[in-house]
Amino acid sequence: MEDMLFYDRMQFAFTITFHYLFPQLTMGLSLLIVYFKWKFLRTQVESYNYAAKFWMKIFALNFAMGVVTGIPMEFQFGTNWAKFSELTGGIIGQTLAMEGMFSFFLESSFLGLFLFGEKLMGQKLHFLTGFLVFLGSWASGFLIIATHSWMQNPVGYEILENGKFVLNNFSALFGNPWLWPSYLHNQLASVVTASFVVAGIGAFYLLNNKHSEYGKLFVKTGVIFGLISSVLVAFPTGDWTAKNVVKHQPVTFAAMEGIFETEDGGSEIVLIGQPDMENKKLDNKIAVPNILSFLTYQKWDAEIKGLNEFDEENYPTNIPGLYYGYHIMVGLGTIFIALMALAGVQLWRKKLYKTKWVLWAIMFMLPFPYIANTTGWYTAELGRQPWLVYNLLRTSEGASPTVSSGNTLFTLLGFVGLYLLLGMLFLILVGKIIKKGPEIVKL
Amino acid sequence: MELFWYVVLMGMLAMYVILDGYDFGAGIIHLFLAKTEKDKKAITNAIGPFWDANEVWLIAAGGVLFFAFPTLYASSFSGFYLPLIMILWLLIFRAIGLELRGQYHNAMWQSIWDKAFGIASLLLALFFGVALGNVVRGVNLGMVENGVSAHEAHYFFLPLWNPTFSPMAEHLGIIDWFTLLLGVISVLALTIHGANWIIYKTNSGLNQKLKGLIFKLNFVLLALVVVSLLVWHVIDPKPFRNFIETPWLWIFPLITFIGLFGLFNVKRWKKDGYGFLFSSLFLVGGFASTAASIFPNVLPSTNDVNPSLTIYNVAAHEYGLSVGMNWFFIALFLVAVYMVVQYRIFKGKMDDVGYGEH
Repeated sequence: MEDMLFYDRMQFAFTITFHYLFPQLTMGLSLLIVYFKWKFLRTQVESYNYAAKFWMKIFALNFAMGVVTGIPMEFQFGTNWAKFSELTGGIIGQTLAMEGMFSFFLESSFLGLFLFGEKLMGQKLHFLTGFLVFLGSWASGFLIIATHSWMQNPVGYEILENGKFVLNNFSALFGNPWLWPSYLHNQLASVVTASFVVAGIGAFYLLNNKHSEYGKLFVKTGVIFGLISSVLVAFPTGDWTAKNVVKHQPVTFAAMEGIFETEDGGSEIVLIGQPDMENKKLDNKIAVPNILSFLTYQKWDAEIKGLNEFDEENYPTNIPGLYYGYHIMVGLGTIFIALMALAGVQLWRKKLYKTKWVLWAIMFMLPFPYIANTTGWYTAELGRQPWLVYNLLRTSEGASPTVSSGNTLFTLLGFVGLYLLLGMLFLILVGKIIKKGPEIVKL
Repeated sequence: MELFWYVVLMGMLAMYVILDGYDFGAGIIHLFLAKTEKDKKAITNAIGPFWDANEVWLIAAGGVLFFAFPTLYASSFSGFYLPLIMILWLLIFRAIGLELRGQYHNAMWQSIWDKAFGIASLLLALFFGVALGNVVRGVNLGMVENGVSAHEAHYFFLPLWNPTFSPMAEHLGIIDWFTLLLGVISVLALTIHGANWIIYKTNSGLNQKLKGLIFKLNFVLLALVVVSLLVWHVIDPKPFRNFIETPWLWIFPLITFIGLFGLFNVKRWKKDGYGFLFSSLFLVGGFASTAASIFPNVLPSTNDVNPSLTIYNVAAHEYGLSVGMNWFFIALFLVAVYMVVQYRIFKGKMDDVGYGEH
């Protein structure tokens, strides 16, 4: 039974982590593509159109990866989490079915037209198809976060005698206080990834003295979008999201921040340290007094509940993992703001394209938003443990009763092998597109 | 309300069978008949801009199943665990096969992805037929052993096969001779369907050959359909009871046979779209007849202890189902608009589209 749950969780964690490497780029990138295409319509400068089409090719590749790795996500609710699906399907099935009907059809129909229909449709319609792809991908994100928010903070439901969750208020699903902060936070984080990728590839071109015209365009656009989004992802949306955790999941907040004991006179903010679960303390701690109380309640001496105040059986299952996930996300987010602010200043002074070390930094920063996004999601998901539906349904009660651990391990290994192959192919193909550069792109 | 969502779900699955069905068929023909680069191009052009949107019907149908019939979704997806995960893997291979072959102009690279696309299509066509067979045959709900349920009444698990490959065995498997028969019928029907699509959407040199193939395969298909009807009583002693009680249901078998017999005229038609129309009739009619024969069951029980799953005992609660109707009609209208736009822009023959040349 223990093994079974472990493999079910591993398989979901592995497949969702791999899957979300792709949508996190495509959602943000679709916004930048719409921007490039719009600039082209406004200015008629050809390079904007080439830029739009170049990124569309990268988008298409990522989108295809997102689709093929996304279908297993929908199936796994039923295959591995049957009991959870049976009990909550009347509610989360609602938002998931809406995602299929509203966004997948939209995206898949118009992506083909955007990729192959430029000559058939003319420029304005071509812009419109690009915009619809953007709309579809952001709608998809919205409905997924709506589902996620219900699991974090269930609303609009009642529980029947047989344990089934039944919807009694449809609009409550979309007025969930958890939903909007998380959605904006997540979408901005996706724009961060896309901006850093666009700027990073631009820096790569500039440092290589190849496609320099596009290198400049990509760096400039990426830095502007990157600066705005990396600030907004922290303040106010990250702040709102954290305040939701304080309010609805205080034990999770204590674990995230590494607060083992409630402190009189206000809590410190931990910058670095390793949780020692045996002795219930942080090793090698570097912390600043009273800041956490201030950030949370705008009062220096506000009390923040430590883990000692909660029942141990409701502790998040993996406290160190949760703590690291959160701290890596926040730490990287801070670095992103600093780098983009620096690059922004250089851009404003018209020196950015010649400041080599900043370009190097931008290029090497490319993978890190992926790490920040992933660890941010780990914070949300590990933070919800040991619950599937917060405070109502435990993870151990949600797995499929008849699927043995051997069968799950078999499919987990299969997914690992297949996704390894997919990942390698993806890197080869994306490298090929980048090497060819924007102007040779013919669509 | 349950009935409404049942019709919606069946309608969406039927759309999936028709639309992605031609992609599978095209893949099978690609695997066995397309020898030259020109033929291969013609086939991938014919399905290129469509297959992805077609696959969405499966995902969307899965979503509606989850939302409207959560117990059925939970029971069948966990019970048919292994074949479902394998279907996912095959869908991945089908997709990357189609998308990757044009990325490098290298014979070895292309032949790898050609095979991936073709073999995955063939196995998918087979698996979906087998899946239908499993649903009509039923399963040991609750995993009853000696009159005692080992699990809750609506859960089960099936291995891929049992040693006897018999649909009447005590311990059932996914693949037995009955489900395999339906799998082979599915492969044949979808091959014919895909051939019709290629004829409809291209001017390829294969078209004449394909017409001959459809004509021949149609005899085999007819024979197997007759055989399957003769052996159907093995899994269901009274397969016609619903049709006798509700005579208008005969329209579904009628449509099936109009489609099947119509296809024998394949060589005579001047317009290329007729074949596709008739193979679609066969698929929809066959699918609907099968669903109608077990209605209101959606997953029959093979034991006497636990009742069959019906649309009434697996459905979500009333409020959710009725509120869902509001957004569903809006979404359906939008989907219809997208399809009209998509099929109008890519209307006619597809030979010049140049799909997959990145």
